[in-house]
Amino acid sequence: MKEGKQRLRQLLSGNEAIARGAYEAGITVAAGYPGTPSTEILENAVLYRDAIYCEWSPNEKVAFEMAAAASCAGARSIVTMKHVGLNVAADPLMTLSYIGVEGGMVICVADDPGMHSSQNEQDTRQYARFAKIPIFEPSDSQEAKDFVKIGITVSETYKTPVILRSTTRISHSRSIVEFEGRQENPKPIGLEKNPPRFVPIPIWGRKMRKKVEERLQQLSQAAAQSPANRIEWRDRQLRIVTSGIAYQYAREVWPDASILKLGFSYPYPNRLIREFADGANSLLVIEELDDILEQHIKALGIACIGRDYFPGIGELSVTVLQESRARLEGKEFCGMSSPKYIDCLPARPPVLCPGCPHRGIFSALGKHDVVVTGDIGCYSLGTFKPLNRMDIILCMGGGISMAHGLDKAGEKKKIVGIVGDSTFFHSGITGLLNIVYNKGCSTIIVVDNRSTAMTGHQEHPGTGLTLMGEKTTAVSIEQIGKACGIERVHTIDPYNVKETQRIIKQELESEKPSLIVSRAVCPLRARRKVGAIRRIENEKCRACGACLKLGCPAIDGSKEKPEINEYLCYGCGLCEQMCPFKAITDTEETTS
Amino acid sequence: MNRQDTQSVVLVGVGGQGILLASEIVAQTAMKAGYDVKTNEVHGMAQRGGSVIAQIRYGSQVNSPLVAKGTARVLGALERIEALRYADYLTPGGLVVVNSQAITPVTVSMGAATYPDNAEDMLQDQFENLIYFDAAQKAIELGNIRVANVVLLGVLSTGLDLPAETWRKSIATCVKSTYQELNLKAFEEGRNMAA
Ligand code: SF4
Ligand code: SF4
Repeated sequence: MKEGKQRLRQLLSGNEAIARGAYEAGITVAAGYPGTPSTEILENAVLYRDAIYCEWSPNEKVAFEMAAAASCAGARSIVTMKHVGLNVAADPLMTLSYIGVEGGMVICVADDPGMHSSQNEQDTRQYARFAKIPIFEPSDSQEAKDFVKIGITVSETYKTPVILRSTTRISHSRSIVEFEGRQENPKPIGLEKNPPRFVPIPIWGRKMRKKVEERLQQLSQAAAQSPANRIEWRDRQLRIVTSGIAYQYAREVWPDASILKLGFSYPYPNRLIREFADGANSLLVIEELDDILEQHIKALGIACIGRDYFPGIGELSVTVLQESRARLEGKEFCGMSSPKYIDCLPARPPVLCPGCPHRGIFSALGKHDVVVTGDIGCYSLGTFKPLNRMDIILCMGGGISMAHGLDKAGEKKKIVGIVGDSTFFHSGITGLLNIVYNKGCSTIIVVDNRSTAMTGHQEHPGTGLTLMGEKTTAVSIEQIGKACGIERVHTIDPYNVKETQRIIKQELESEKPSLIVSRAVCPLRARRKVGAIRRIENEKCRACGACLKLGCPAIDGSKEKPEINEYLCYGCGLCEQMCPFKAITDTEETTS
Repeated sequence: MNRQDTQSVVLVGVGGQGILLASEIVAQTAMKAGYDVKTNEVHGMAQRGGSVIAQIRYGSQVNSPLVAKGTARVLGALERIEALRYADYLTPGGLVVVNSQAITPVTVSMGAATYPDNAEDMLQDQFENLIYFDAAQKAIELGNIRVANVVLLGVLSTGLDLPAETWRKSIATCVKSTYQELNLKAFEEGRNMAA
C-alpha cells in the first residue's frame, strides 16, 4: 500500500478498520476463531499477509495462547473472537495478566448486544476488570483503527495485554477511515531466558500478583491522560458519561449536552471522571449492556442516573434513548409504535438454505423418537419447524458432551448429538473421548460441510487450506473418531435419503457409541448447484405435503399445490426422494 | 455544525437478494459526493434467508450508523411485504420503492402463517409516496434476475440529492468489471422508470 502526501480515505467497516490498525501498528502475528460479529477482522488482516502472519486456530484458547507466546517473545500480536469465545480463552487470559507481555498484544473481542447472531449477551468489560487489564471501546471505524495502535503502545509501556471491545454495530457499521503508514516493531524476537518473569509458579506468581495491582494504579493515571478519553464541553447543565457506540446515539439525542467520552474505560480514569462530574446538576451514564461505569461512579460518591432509565437488556439505539429521554423529562413518547400491518405479516426467520446438506440429516432424524443435543452453527436452524429436530443447545462442542450427560442421567429415549465439522475440531474431540472413556453409547453425527459455514465459510483443520491460502494436511474426522476409541465410524452422503436413513437406524439400535460423518460441501461455499434444478409436475402432485416437511425455502407451499422456485432451487434432490408420487423431476436445464 | 441535514436510507429484503451490494453503492455514492457516511448491515445468522435490513446515513457529520424510526427519507424493499415490516423507519411522506416480487417464507409454506393476498392494497394504504413495480421481471428482461437490486436503486436514486454521474461511478467501482455494463443498464432502466 503506497502512502502519498494526501492520506487515503476509505469507507471501512469496524472489522476492516481493526485489520488496518493491526497493519499500521506493526503487528506481525494474528490469530483467532471465526465468530459473528468478529470474523471479518482476520479475513481482512490476511490482505496484509506479507506483513502479518494470520491463522484460524482450532479454537479461541489456542489462538489466544499462540498470540500470547508471540508477544512474550517480543512480537506484536492480535487475537480475535466473539464474546463467548473469550469464555473459551478465559483460562490463559487470567494468567497472562500476571505474566504480561513484551511485544504489544491486543485481544479483540466483539460483543453482540441484542443477540443478532449469538446465544447470549455478555459484556466483555467485565473480563477487563476480572483480569485486571485495560480495555478500549471504539465508537466508529476510525477509532477502531486508532485504538489498536494506542492499545499496542499501552500494552508495551505497561507490559500488559489489552482488550479492544467491539460490538455488532461497531464491527458491521461502515464509516470513513484515514489511512496511515505502518510502524514496524523495533524489538528483536526471542523469548528471554528468565523463569521468574514467565513462570507463574506460586513463588513467582505471588510477586506478579502484586505487580498487577501496581500496574492498575499506573494505568488509571494513564487512562486519565489518554487521547482515547476526552471531555466535550457543551451545555454544563447536562453531562453524560458514555462509551462505545452509545456515544453516537447520545450525541444525536442530546446534541447540546457535555460528554465525557471514554475510549480507554478501564482501569477507570478516576481523575477525569471527578473533573467532569464536579459541579454537575445532572449526570447521566449511558452504557450498553452492564451498568459497570454507573456502579463505579456511584462508588466514587458521585450521584448519577443510569440503569433506571437506560435498559441493560438488548442494544441501545437513538430510538431507545429518545424513549429514555422522554421518561426522564416526564413526557409522553410515541416513537416506538409498530408498523400498521405488522400483525398481518408472516414471520421470516432465518432458515437452512435451499440445497443445504443438513436438511437430509434432520429429515432422517425426524423418523425417530430421539433426543437431539445440538451445537452452534448453521445446523442450529434445524431447531425450527418443520424440521424441528434439535432439543437443546448450550455452547460450542456441547452437543457431544451433553449427549453423554443425558445418557448417564438415564434418559429413556435414544440420544443423538449433532456437531459441525469446525465445531468438532473446536471443542468436540474431548467430549467424544469422554463418551468412549466413560462407556457411553450416544450416536454422534458430525454434519461436515467442509467449512465454518455460519460465519461465512472459513477454513479449519479439516479443509486442507490455511487462512493464508496455503495447502496443508486435511485432518480426518473419521480417524480422530477411531483414535478416540470409537469402533463404529461411518461416512454418509446426506443427499442420499435411503442410505442416510439406513445408517441412522442401524446406529440408533446399536448399544455401542458411534460416529457418523455426514459429508457434503456447503453449496453456498462451493458456489455451485448440487444437481439439476427440480420441478413439480402439477398433474402428478396430490398435495400430500411430504416435500414441504423439508422446510426448503425454494418450495413455495402457499398455493393449492407446492411449486419450486427455479431461482432458489439448488438441485439437491431431497424433495424428489421425499415425494411418494414421483411428481418431482429434473428440469432439462442444468446448472447455471 | 449542522446535524439536521443528515439523510437516511433504509433498504430491506430477504437474505441473499443483494441488499449488501445495494447498500455499498449508496454509501460509496454519498462518499464520492463529499459527505460523511455511515452504514450498518446485518451479517451472520440473519443472512440465511431471513428478513434483512441495511441502513445508510450521510450528511456533513453523521453520528449514529442506525436510522432512527420515522426518519428515513427513502425506503427501498426488494420484496413486497418487507416494506410493510419496516414501514416505521420512514419519515412521513418519504419515498418508498417496492419490488413487487413475493418470496414465500417457510412459515407460510408449512402452514404456520399466511402471506397477505392484498399486499398491494396495504402498501397503497400505508405509503403516500409509493413506487410499486416488478424489478425482478425487469432484471430478467435485462438478462439476470440478480440485478433487480440495482434496478430498484435506479428508481430510489431519484429520491435522493446525489448526482446521477456519481451513482454511475460508484456502480462501476462496486461491481465486478464483467457485470458493469449490465448493472449500469439496470440502473438506467430504474432511473428512467421513475422519470
Ligand atoms: S431440489 Fe428440492 S429440496 Fe433441494 S433445493 Fe431444490 S427444491 Fe429444495
Ligand atoms: S411430496 Fe410430491 S405429491 Fe406430495 S406435495 Fe410434494 S410434490 Fe406433491
